[in-house]
Amino acid sequence: MTNTTQPLAIALENCAKTFADGTKALEPLDLAIHAGETVVFLGPSGCGKTTTLRIIAGLEEPDAGGRVLFDGEDVTRLPIEQRNVGMVFQSYALFPNMTVAQNIGYGLRIRKTPAAQIKARVAEMLGMMRIEKLADRRIDQLSGGQRQRVALARAIAVRPRALLLDEPLTALDAKLRDTLRLEIDTLLRSLQITAIYVTHDQAEAMALGDRIVVMEHGRVAQIGKPREIYQRPATRFVAEFIGTMNRLTGATRDGVFSCRAGDLAWAEAPQGASEILFRPEDIRIAESHEQTGLQGIVAAAFFLGDRTRLFVEVGEAQPLVIESTARRDFGHGEAVRLAIDPRGLLVL
Amino acid sequence: MRRDTQRLIFLLLPAGIFFAAFFLLPMARLFFIGGSGKTGWSAYAAILTDANYLNSLFATLSVAAATTFATLVISGISGVFLQRHKFPGNGALVAMLTFPLAFPGVVIGFMVIMLAGRQGLIGQITEFLTGDKLVFAYSLTGLFMGYVYFSIPRTILTVMAAAEKLDPKLEEAARSLGASPWRVVLDVIIPGLKPAFISAGAICFATAVGAFGTAFTLAARINVLPMVIYTEFTLSANIAMAAALSFVLGAATWIVLAVARTAAGSTVAAAG
Repeated sequence: MTNTTQPLAIALENCAKTFADGTKALEPLDLAIHAGETVVFLGPSGCGKTTTLRIIAGLEEPDAGGRVLFDGEDVTRLPIEQRNVGMVFQSYALFPNMTVAQNIGYGLRIRKTPAAQIKARVAEMLGMMRIEKLADRRIDQLSGGQRQRVALARAIAVRPRALLLDEPLTALDAKLRDTLRLEIDTLLRSLQITAIYVTHDQAEAMALGDRIVVMEHGRVAQIGKPREIYQRPATRFVAEFIGTMNRLTGATRDGVFSCRAGDLAWAEAPQGASEILFRPEDIRIAESHEQTGLQGIVAAAFFLGDRTRLFVEVGEAQPLVIESTARRDFGHGEAVRLAIDPRGLLVL
Repeated sequence: MRRDTQRLIFLLLPAGIFFAAFFLLPMARLFFIGGSGKTGWSAYAAILTDANYLNSLFATLSVAAATTFATLVISGISGVFLQRHKFPGNGALVAMLTFPLAFPGVVIGFMVIMLAGRQGLIGQITEFLTGDKLVFAYSLTGLFMGYVYFSIPRTILTVMAAAEKLDPKLEEAARSLGASPWRVVLDVIIPGLKPAFISAGAICFATAVGAFGTAFTLAARINVLPMVIYTEFTLSANIAMAAALSFVLGAATWIVLAVARTAAGSTVAAAG
């Protein structure tokens, strides 16, 4: 039994959304989502990511002039019940008056599928999510993780053309989040279904997305593969929203960037760069024999087991975050010399 | 363990005293008075054998059931609507809907007469349109209308409070699975409102069974049980029969409500 129909390509053309009270939730947006791809909408609350998802789902209509295309066909005016998209919500939204099995079979029952086929499909879904034992439970007897598995099974059971997930892991505790994230990843890969995943958690976005759409104030800030977004952020907002970013301010002259922490040789430095950004993994505590012109004072050190996270004061607004794997203790107030890998430097 | 039991008994005392004083003792007394007349215990049998009594018992329960059903449909639709669509005057409209609570049954009966009586609005309109005067105030239909009118305020606030707690995400989830708006009502909204429907419906049914003022005002061809009891008690001075009828009325209402409750409870498991 196949789990989906052919994967769906989704396109948004000029989709904007203004709410009745005049709030502009989404600036005009053009976006092409390839068949079978997992796209993650990432951004802080109020950035327009959920609105975009709801427009794709058919729960919201875009403002006049906007179009939603499923495999090239205009579905803008088609209500959600005719779009055949699976949805998974943060609050699970399971039907409390039905058992687990009835929840999973609901979409098939709506489609008037013969009872025997519903039974077989429900059993298949229960097996797939490894919740066979829960089939006859009531929803209020389930834990959060179990509920979200049931919600996933219910959405997939009808073989939707696309799967839309709205912060599905946000309500779960950290450990469960990791487990389910892995399960969702495996599920999406095995189904090869087009999936759109909304989250404000950048770790989830990085782990699950084939591509990430970073949004801010109703606009797309950057679209790209997780690695591009992380290593080559297009804007400061993206740089600072995703991962940890260190910042040094100063001036560049003749391939040398000078700041309060000292001088940094950087041959490819763009003329006039007054601020450089880099990730914690691109800076390290220099060995005693190394040549470096940068130094700072350890403001705080947290031993995390596999590494030590250091906050090093260098006279900037924020201390630098450095992850050291050195097998030694760092004392508060200790002077350290710093080495930066110029390949990781960004100027935005 | 022993002390727990003692404490439980102690805590149950207020409810127990109340229950005994206002329910058990009067009901028991009523039961025995019912059997103390000239005909003895056959007064109870008469309720089932005498067509008059049996018909009025049946009419009473039917009109109460119809009232409950109609009231829940009207309150369900308007309650959800008023909860979801806030418009200017929304609060005033809700306040107006709860207005009939203040009216005695007599006033409501009078209003039904003004609407559907011999000189009523409906009569005038139908006479103008068809030449025939439509008059139904003095029948069970008129009684039903009056009962629905005063039952709506008793249910609509309960329904609105329940409608507020409905999770819109449930409706979206059902729609994403292909459910039409009608299916959403059937599978999500009605099950979500069911506890409110049961509690509001119970009050509605019990009130309609016992309502007297409206029936008294409209009294012409109506033969509901509270009217029969009144007649037996005051006009015929047949106290035993009145007591027997009262006891049966109370018991029948109790049974109907108990059955409705159990049926509603079991559909939770059987739903889907």
